[in-house]
Amino acid sequence: MNVHQSLTTVQTFAPLPSISLPSGASDAMIRFEGVSKVYPAYRDKPSVHALQAIDFAIPRGSITGVIGRSGAGKSSLVRLINGLEKPSSGRVVVDGREISALAGRELRLTQRSIGMIFQHFNLLSSRTAADNIALPLEIAGWSRADIAVRVEELLALVGIADKHDRYPSELSGGQKQRIGIARALATRPNVLLSDEATSALDPQTTRAILDLLANINRELGVTIVLITHEMSVVRQLAKEVAVIDGGHVVERGHVADIFTHPRHPVTQAFLSEAIGDSVPVSLTSRISPQPVAGGKAVLRVQVRGTEAGDTVVARLSRELSHDVALLSARIDEIGGQHVGSVILGIPGGEAAAGQALVYLSQHEIPVERLGYVA
Amino acid sequence: MSRELINLIVQATGESLFMVTVAALVATVLGLPLGIFLATSRKGELFAAPPANGILGVIVNAARSTPFIILVVAIIPFTRLIAGTSIGSGAAIVPLTIAATPFIARLVEAAIREVDAGLIETASSFGASPLQIVFKVLIPEALPGLVLALTLAVVSLLGYSAMVGAVGGGGLGDLGIRYGYQRFMPEMMLAVVVVLIALVQTVQTAGDYLARRVNRRLRNR
Repeated sequence: MNVHQSLTTVQTFAPLPSISLPSGASDAMIRFEGVSKVYPAYRDKPSVHALQAIDFAIPRGSITGVIGRSGAGKSSLVRLINGLEKPSSGRVVVDGREISALAGRELRLTQRSIGMIFQHFNLLSSRTAADNIALPLEIAGWSRADIAVRVEELLALVGIADKHDRYPSELSGGQKQRIGIARALATRPNVLLSDEATSALDPQTTRAILDLLANINRELGVTIVLITHEMSVVRQLAKEVAVIDGGHVVERGHVADIFTHPRHPVTQAFLSEAIGDSVPVSLTSRISPQPVAGGKAVLRVQVRGTEAGDTVVARLSRELSHDVALLSARIDEIGGQHVGSVILGIPGGEAAAGQALVYLSQHEIPVERLGYVA
Repeated sequence: MSRELINLIVQATGESLFMVTVAALVATVLGLPLGIFLATSRKGELFAAPPANGILGVIVNAARSTPFIILVVAIIPFTRLIAGTSIGSGAAIVPLTIAATPFIARLVEAAIREVDAGLIETASSFGASPLQIVFKVLIPEALPGLVLALTLAVVSLLGYSAMVGAVGGGGLGDLGIRYGYQRFMPEMMLAVVVVLIALVQTVQTAGDYLARRVNRRLRNR
């Protein structure tokens, strides 16, 4: 599947139920109810509040991104979902079962319905591709014959049927992650957790792996949770996103909504990282804080959503009866919405600049004055 | 060298191989699980049992720091209990095993600890039980290291076996001391040393080969 198709798919998807569901909603695959996780003080290290008051739901069948800086609590969150750790308080419910209350054999049985892929693939070097995929099936006690059939299906599903007898050391990163995905899906889980699964891959391979995950979500209906620190991953694949910072979920909702109207500073930072909307150096060096005689005022206009941004230059030029100069622009598409910024040069002195600021704020277009250029 | 002397060497080689082989087998059977337990029983690990880990660690260290020749003599009553006698090659297997077990346990522990912790977590996330993790992840992944560890243990046992002459254990080392040194027969000493070198070379080469064979981490095999 190429990039174009993947974008089309994103746009034609029916709107998913909001992520901020009430706790009792039946179409939540994963639910956090007042979850906090505290790692107790150990020797000279103080106790760490990794997660605090986490209360949100991940809709069944969705692709949900959980994005945050390192140390934000992402890893703790994912380890709570698959029961590798217990919350200090609160409940984690996966597919109707309270995984945070399970232990021993019951927990292990439930874990088989949750697949996971990893940043460093975590394949056994002593096993071939096929035998790596067979591992969770052996653990689940499948018969040899059933395993053989299932492994062939999975190798074909992830597109590496010809690598059956290869050892991980003979494969590329992308191929290893495909084995990881096949292994995670082996026991037909209904949840797939991706812990930074593309962070060790180059951009092209990342794209291919994300496309594969999108296909899997569409064809198998598996709920996918993407833990990542990369905005590009969320942007390409997720429909829902939760931004996590300092152990709190600071923002959550549809990807398009969150990134067209980011409220939290962390979200804003992720956004500018993704669309690269910082002011170009060539421009910064020319901008002076004092008005320049016969020069232009420099405004940065945020583009959020389709209608506002596309026509801003034309509309401003008409409004001011001056030709507005386009100094720099960067507009991207996130969740079908245009997101980015344009930097405009407004001729006509202070009066025109003031008029432009008034016009833009009247139309609720975010704008800031950067200075002046000749 | 006379036929008699050659017969002596052949016989001693047989005794050495017998003692070392049996002691290595028994010590592996005991040391492998002990080493795996030592590698997985600290705080937060697979079979977390910090007190047991601590106590076993102390015992292992104590056994390893006792000079072998002292160990041989010190445990004579125990040897008699196990082997029915305290002299001869069969009896010598007891101290050899007791010396090799903690040694193998530490080597196994080191090899097992080399396995990426991420793999244990991965298997856990698939719902693997601790025993499944040991047999499906830890041992197969540590296999090259384990093979080298056992090779090292066998070579060390060949060295230890030279000292069991003190309790009439026989073997090559004993032959070298009694004939080569005490009867002043340098050709006998030389022959014993050459045989020992050949044995060590064979064991090490075989071990290296086997470790390479089971190592899938290397790209060019």
